[in-house]
Amino acid sequence: MPGTTDQYEGMTAETITIPGHNGDRIHVYYARPLGPGPFPGIVWIHHFPGWDEWSQETARQLAYLGYAAVAPDLYCREGHGAPEDMAAKVRANGGVPDAQVVGDAAACRDFLRSQANANGKVGVIGTCSGGRHSVLAASCAPGFDAVVDLWGGGVVMRQEDLTPMRPVSPVDYTKDLDCPILGLFGNDDRAPTPEQVDIHEAELKKRGKKYEFHRYDGAGHGFFYYDRPQAYRAEQAVDGWRKVLDFFQRNLGS
Amino acid sequence: MCTNIVERTNVSGSGRGAQGWFNLNEVSVSYDHPFHVSLEHALNIDFTNEASGVGARVAVELTLDSAKELARVLLEAVNRAEQYEATGYA
Repeated sequence: MPGTTDQYEGMTAETITIPGHNGDRIHVYYARPLGPGPFPGIVWIHHFPGWDEWSQETARQLAYLGYAAVAPDLYCREGHGAPEDMAAKVRANGGVPDAQVVGDAAACRDFLRSQANANGKVGVIGTCSGGRHSVLAASCAPGFDAVVDLWGGGVVMRQEDLTPMRPVSPVDYTKDLDCPILGLFGNDDRAPTPEQVDIHEAELKKRGKKYEFHRYDGAGHGFFYYDRPQAYRAEQAVDGWRKVLDFFQRNLGS
Repeated sequence: MCTNIVERTNVSGSGRGAQGWFNLNEVSVSYDHPFHVSLEHALNIDFTNEASGVGARVAVELTLDSAKELARVLLEAVNRAEQYEATGYA
């Protein structure tokens, strides 16, 4: 992170391909600071609307702050087009398989950790469906150093809502989580509801996991999204982003 | 994909998308996060033809009340059309 106005600051941000789940070549957006490092890494999981401008901008923000960030295109195997069109296609198909997402996230983690200027620590974070995916990745692919769940819907699922692509409710993997978790939620959200967040928190507590959950009044789903006026809540977003950065600094360094 | 509410069916007809007219062969109806309308969730209708590429899409995002009203007038028009085809009178 640049400290003073006379310090050099720069980054490289670009699309590259890496081997993802099952060795499939997938696109990732790789944003990292220039310089020798060592840099902690962050796997940034995009939200339901896809591998879009907001997701890539956030990856660059993380790079500006001193993290090497890799954001995989989880819809890469479905083809290519405008992010909204790709997300609509995936939405019609009922999403992407959980196991595939976990494999892609683990591949991104290993890619980051293998870089010569890595500090060895890698976290995973996502919003919306990406929050759920981050919880899954950290639980099912041991080896992350921190996970941040930003209002992930569907972490707590009913039996009747399970599908072949989503065969297990992520909260049932809590016993396997091997890193600290930060969760930020809006109390007006319905995906997840406050009651579902309660269930997730109770399971973390029961399993003796290190967790920090923060819940915001006056906020619903997606309260960081400044480009969605109905969702954006400036005060909660500023506080929440500070909590995310503090959590990563404590668990990954910077 | 936060709600997991989606229904799909095949359709036959044409739609006008960003690149002009194309043949439709499928529609998906979901209740989930929209891309444009200022709602947390919307009734989203996507008319598509996958063979013509992911950009071959006509998208509509509606409030639930609007969707119910659309369903009502759609069926009403279909009923009148079928009567017209059968009798020559709507």
